[in-house]
Amino acid sequence: MQIRFQLNGKPVTVDVPPHELLSELLRDRLGLTGTHVGCDTSQCGACVVHVDGRSVKSCTTLAAALEGATVTSIEGLADGAALHPMQQAFHEKHGLQCGFCTPGMIMSSVEFAKNNPDPTPEAVRHWLEGNFCRCTGYQNIVSSVQAGAAAMHAQRKGA
Amino acid sequence: MNARTGIGASLLRKEDLRFVTGRGNYVADIQRPGMAIGVFVRSPHAHARLLSIDTTAAKAMPGVVGIYTGADLDADGVGGLPCAWPVTGKGNTPSKEPVHPALARGKVRHVGDPVAFVVADTMVQAKNAAEAVVVEYEPLPAVVGVLDALKPGATAVFDDIPDNVCVDWEVGDAAATDAAFAKAAHVARLSLVNNRLVGNPMEPRAAVAEHDPSRGSHTLWTTSQFPHIVKLLMGNFVLHLPQHKIRVVSPDVGGGFGVKQFHYAEEAVVTWAAKKALRPVKWVCERSEGFLSDAHGRDHVTEAELALDERGKFLGLRVRTIANMGGYLSTFGPNIPTNLYGLLLAGVYTTPAIYCEVKAVFTNTLPVDAYRGAGRPEATFVLERIVDVAASEMGIDKAEIRRRNMIPPDAYPYKTPVMMEYDSGDPGGCLDRALAAIDWTGFGKRRAESASRGKLRGIGLTTYIEACGLAPSRIATRLGARGGLFESATVRVHPTGDVTVLMGTHSHGQGHETTCSQIVSERLGIPPENIEVVFGDTDRVQFGLGTYGSRSAAVGGSALAKATDKVIVKGRKIAAHMLEASEEDVTFADGRFSVAGTDLSKTFQDVALMAHYPVDYPLEILEPGLEEQAFYDPVNFTFPCGAHIAEVEIDPETGVVSLVDYVAVDDVGTVINPMIVDGQIVGGIVQGVGQALFEDCVYDESSGQLLSGSFMDYCLPRADQFPQITVQTHVTPCTHNALGVKGCGEVGTIASPATVINAVVDALAHLGVNHVDMPASPNRVWRIINDAGFGQTAK
Ligand code: FES
Ligand code: FES
Repeated sequence: MQIRFQLNGKPVTVDVPPHELLSELLRDRLGLTGTHVGCDTSQCGACVVHVDGRSVKSCTTLAAALEGATVTSIEGLADGAALHPMQQAFHEKHGLQCGFCTPGMIMSSVEFAKNNPDPTPEAVRHWLEGNFCRCTGYQNIVSSVQAGAAAMHAQRKGA
Repeated sequence: MNARTGIGASLLRKEDLRFVTGRGNYVADIQRPGMAIGVFVRSPHAHARLLSIDTTAAKAMPGVVGIYTGADLDADGVGGLPCAWPVTGKGNTPSKEPVHPALARGKVRHVGDPVAFVVADTMVQAKNAAEAVVVEYEPLPAVVGVLDALKPGATAVFDDIPDNVCVDWEVGDAAATDAAFAKAAHVARLSLVNNRLVGNPMEPRAAVAEHDPSRGSHTLWTTSQFPHIVKLLMGNFVLHLPQHKIRVVSPDVGGGFGVKQFHYAEEAVVTWAAKKALRPVKWVCERSEGFLSDAHGRDHVTEAELALDERGKFLGLRVRTIANMGGYLSTFGPNIPTNLYGLLLAGVYTTPAIYCEVKAVFTNTLPVDAYRGAGRPEATFVLERIVDVAASEMGIDKAEIRRRNMIPPDAYPYKTPVMMEYDSGDPGGCLDRALAAIDWTGFGKRRAESASRGKLRGIGLTTYIEACGLAPSRIATRLGARGGLFESATVRVHPTGDVTVLMGTHSHGQGHETTCSQIVSERLGIPPENIEVVFGDTDRVQFGLGTYGSRSAAVGGSALAKATDKVIVKGRKIAAHMLEASEEDVTFADGRFSVAGTDLSKTFQDVALMAHYPVDYPLEILEPGLEEQAFYDPVNFTFPCGAHIAEVEIDPETGVVSLVDYVAVDDVGTVINPMIVDGQIVGGIVQGVGQALFEDCVYDESSGQLLSGSFMDYCLPRADQFPQITVQTHVTPCTHNALGVKGCGEVGTIASPATVINAVVDALAHLGVNHVDMPASPNRVWRIINDAGFGQTAK
């Protein structure tokens, strides 16, 4: 079936088989490989993207359900060459090592930070329950999300 | 510039930009023109005779390109997967190396053993066709646990190895150890299990291969920690392809932890199939398939005895371990529970007599090989647990017993009774700092506070040393390694003075693009942004042994320092000519060649340009160009050491163990980038705590089915299970490499399991508990508490 949706700010029209997952559509057909697949049980969160501003696991979202939706993947987060404050925070706080979990972590954290300008470490840790990282031990991810949240809200105020 | 970007600076990582923007290039991201997709058919049985494989119906299915079995590999003369590090056991008996076919032949020996490879136009077609492959098995009884494997009459995994013993290995002096026990005032005894783990890097393994018949060349993109070794092992031993016709590329790799440092069957099969199918072929492992095909880690059963005098001085240590090798030998299998285990049993102590025996046995489980720490976490667990047991039994403070037995600072270099010679270290200094950081003496108050909330609080301590910087070739080859373990680095200076560095090591999260730049920046006085670091491509990097065993900084970094110094040596010759001075008078500092005692100088860039545009150049005596390669073979291992302390709180009602505080003080030698070192250590600690509290790879004892085969059943550590961890470094430089670095990648997983279990046991000690096996899961801990009759009376 044919669907139309907004992807990273641009309109997309594609034919999707009914069983196709959003992660497959993005990675295999639209060439957006920043969205990663780290499990087959919907647990690791490497595949998180935004659909209508909410973070969802693209490995368990059917592409066919996207008609009319607004989708943002990690590739669409930065404003041109300027990193999104959350991306910048992950860089500055060393919130990534191998980078495999990073796109999902950042997408997930951006949604969290929208509603949590000044989160405690416990709140961040609780929110990230559905995002696995095998490298960092999470500690610097927590600092990244705190710094990223603060920067997002500072930017919003400044704007 | 150097203070900001050189050695010791927490330079932000150069590699981050592509990862935070989704522009990483992992193997699963690779698309090639005309690429087909491959899927493996895997054994559902732990042990069965492979009677027949019927691919007729499957081959007729839509989109199928080819279906290949072990017979097809045999027909092409494809060899088995080699073991690169066998060992020699008692009576000079070498470890047994049964053939490990890339696709099963005759028998399957573990659940997940690959039996066929299906290639089709699309993933869906390949999966459908794989379903249609008819494999007839005759199931056989499976042997799963190591103790069962050694029972008389046990099922033999290999018909020609009836006792299932791969090797019966020993180290140390049995007679001296017996004598030590004979005069002991106290003997502590402990039986323990080191639980089996699945490494689970977040990026599943993957391989893409293509063949160019016009050149006879093969390219393999693979999720490997050591592409050059894959090229060598696969080309030379499995597929018999000439080395100069193979290119192996490991692009961005999403974590390794040892799991990706083996040559896997899938790499060879995909490469071979790309030639057969004359199409690029891609295979991407699914997570649950990874549980059934990645080599596993740990899996020891151990009995240990520690002999002490009346003052608590260690007199002798005796350790007997049975280690699981699984259904075949993985690349380094036999080396892990022997050389990387027994040789570490002295720890940081002066124990004069040690004897260790290890039986490595075959079972119908996945092959077991190195996983972050590899042998050293197991050794540390044995030693640090039995030291605690002895301390409790003798009523000696846990820190005090360690101090009393610690190698004194002035005794380095220190020769252990198990072959190692530690060059340097200050575990005592680490211990003092760790005790202060956690407020060891104030623990009583915190315990009382926890008790007031109905919680049992425990504190646990570990002092450890490990051997990494793998490895001095002379020692390693004597210990069985079938290859050198040096490293290579090339510094390529462009005409502008910008630099490309080519490394034989591989970064899959460790941040080498940053730290290697810092090493070069420090020495050449050029900014890190003018330095590009390349690794992971056998066509670009001449040779290298890859990254494992915390070797990249100690061995790779040393090669890089050496290559950089060679560039400076040649640069001085060029500068001397340009400045009309004698070479001895030319000094190099902060990016400038100067003539001592004058204001004459040339920049590094001036010299680089002259090397490429030799208008005023001593061409008679010096080649133009400026590129140097260095090979570095270390003279010894490096020996990081340290002290870790954990505090846990146990809820006696539920058995849930919460880690509430953790302090690590590690001597990892000179620190190149403190931010990256801190990240490595914290990450390692969390992985090790995963083993101690959450992770467990469980097989059904009778059927050999993997019960923990997905993230639903295998409990990977999550963010909300951890407190803030405090990491400090306490530096004594390595004495035998130019940078003074030791390695930091594994210290976390080496020290933290013992540290946490010591804390758990401490919390339960008043119930008469002297050991808790890992993971200290709610179920296990609740049972222990209730068996002690505590559950009802807790308050
Ligand atoms: S890929 Fe793991 S949750 Fe989506
Ligand atoms: S950075 Fe490697 S999994 Fe998170």
